[in-house]
Amino acid sequence: MTEHTVILRNVSKVYRQNAVAVQALTDINLEIPRKDFLCLSGPSGSGKSTLLNLIGGLDKPTTGEITVAGERVDQLGKGGLARLRLHKIGFVFQAYNLIPVLTARENVEFVMQLQGRSPAERGAKAREILQEVGLEGLEGRRPGELSGGQQQRVAVARAIVSEPSLVLADEPTANLDSKTAENLMQLLVHMNKEHHVTFIFSTHDRLVMDFSRRLIKLHDGRIVDDEKRGAGAVG
Amino acid sequence: MRKTPLLLTLAWRNLWRHRGRTAAILFALALGVWSMVALAALSRGSLESQLKKSIDNLTGHIQLHAPAYRDDPVIEHRLSPPDAPLTEALAHPSIRAWAGRVRVPAVVASERESAGVVLLGIDPEQERKVSFIGSAITSGRYLEASDEPGLLLGRKLAEQLETELGRRVVLMSQDVNNTVADRGFRVVGIFDGEPQAIETGFVFVGRATAQQMLGMGDALSEIVVRADDRNRLEAPLAALRAAAPTLDTEPWSVVEPLLTLTEKVVNVILIVWYAIVFAAMSFGLVNTLLMAVFERTREFGLFQALGMPPRNILGQVLTESVILLGIALALGNVAAWATVRALKNGLDLSAFAEGFEMFGVSPIIYPALTATDVTAANGLVAVLGLVASLYPAWRAARHVPVEALTRV
Ligand SMILES: Nc1ncnc2c1ncn2[C@@H]1O[C@H](COP(=O)(O)OP(=O)(O)O)[C@@H](O)[C@H]1O
Ligand SMILES: [Mg+2]
Repeated sequence: MTEHTVILRNVSKVYRQNAVAVQALTDINLEIPRKDFLCLSGPSGSGKSTLLNLIGGLDKPTTGEITVAGERVDQLGKGGLARLRLHKIGFVFQAYNLIPVLTARENVEFVMQLQGRSPAERGAKAREILQEVGLEGLEGRRPGELSGGQQQRVAVARAIVSEPSLVLADEPTANLDSKTAENLMQLLVHMNKEHHVTFIFSTHDRLVMDFSRRLIKLHDGRIVDDEKRGAGAVG
Repeated sequence: MRKTPLLLTLAWRNLWRHRGRTAAILFALALGVWSMVALAALSRGSLESQLKKSIDNLTGHIQLHAPAYRDDPVIEHRLSPPDAPLTEALAHPSIRAWAGRVRVPAVVASERESAGVVLLGIDPEQERKVSFIGSAITSGRYLEASDEPGLLLGRKLAEQLETELGRRVVLMSQDVNNTVADRGFRVVGIFDGEPQAIETGFVFVGRATAQQMLGMGDALSEIVVRADDRNRLEAPLAALRAAAPTLDTEPWSVVEPLLTLTEKVVNVILIVWYAIVFAAMSFGLVNTLLMAVFERTREFGLFQALGMPPRNILGQVLTESVILLGIALALGNVAAWATVRALKNGLDLSAFAEGFEMFGVSPIIYPALTATDVTAANGLVAVLGLVASLYPAWRAARHVPVEALTRV
């Protein structure tokens, strides 16, 4: 078993739109150990989302190899990717994370349901995790009846509850005010500690970066800095 | 199928996201189903009454003739009265009654006018049990004996001949020696018939009188048989054919090919109608589903990101379609059933019915629901509806570009 949850080797991504080619990522090499709490930072357009999407298998690299939890993401087909995402990766997007017709609790149970877990197990785990993210009493609300911060908490609960190897969060705090953002980051730190899950999140918010244990700076699709920090996550 | 409850929940709740749109498509689908089933019931009912009328009038269930008679219904092509084996076969348990007839072309003439008709020589008692004539006399009387000199005339023909009850008419026809035989008859009864061609096309006289006039001895033109069930004639047909192998013994469907043809025409009309309605319905259904799929692109992307397999996404859209179709079928069938119930005393089209009568179609239609028609309409809508939904479902299950997912 590899000690690394994520390994990227010489990864590049070029978007082609009509005749124009955009080099979004250039020659990225990265190893992310288990239980890491890593922040991708950089200005808008620096390639943060592209990198997260490649790791999550939502998009394919133009060249290079990507290994997640021992599987070559760049080589998996549709079905393989769906299975990998279902069992190994949790996603938290910037917004619109939740299925509008399902309640908070049903959203949290959704992935477990796809995984084929029993209703009893699902129910118990969903109740527990919603309590852990501080949403006790709001389980029956639909996304439209929750605040932005509450919705992000539900998304975090859903990402964690399926016991993935890796949670990818692309600017999870971008739509939140700073107080709510800080609370959410504290929650992520807590989840990283308690559930031993690797976290990779992106931000261009300094306050949010400060929670990370390792800070990678991207600029024009290249890694320009890779800094280990003491704060935030477990040692 | 572990995920069926999840797919059902998602599909059901998504349908209620746009109540107005869902209600509109449900109404349209139900209307389509209703129109399919109701039209089938009406045309089936009309066909049924036409069949029944024709069989009750003169056709009966089975007819026996000399081999060449149906091609050329003249006096040369006659048959002997039933011999012992045929008489026994005519007593078959599923045969209710039979009658021997003289049936030849003739001309009937009053003092003023003449008309070409079919002369029917009947045995009044036998005939009463197989055809309409025994209960169709509206003035005067029915024939009393096979050898009486009276004649029964249709109301319309009496008008055309400018004659009436109690007056004399002359019948002329070819006898067995190819010479013209004629004879005077007194009009003893006037009958009404439907369609009107019955009133103008046929005159009835006693059978023995006709045989004597035409020099036929005791020969007949046809034997008509009435059985228990017009759709179960195999056994009596087999018995009759075995007893009289030299005769031409055929069921109503062969004797009156027009009836079978009408049934085919009705089937074609129904199929065309089903196709038109179904095309309109599936267009509406596919449009609605596509709309629902396009506005939820991001959601389907989210499903994919969360690891929902494409076939489950396909399944979710198909489930929405199944629910829509299921509810619409239920509503449409109930509405059609209620319509048929409401019209059980007949739908009177006589206001628009000038042309109907001519074709022997009754202007009053009694709708008849048949299991086959209902099954065909429902099966078509259910199966083809689902097939049509495959396209929107496939659109939903396609790879959603990442931008759609991450764009805020
Ligand atoms: N689908 C796409 N098609 C073309 N260019 C894209 C696409 N997605 C991103 N890009 C480009 O790739 C670069 C990196 O974008 P992105 O990864 O979204 O950066 P960030 O998330 O750091 O803001 C940008 O120049 C952006 O315009
Ligand atoms: Mg981004």
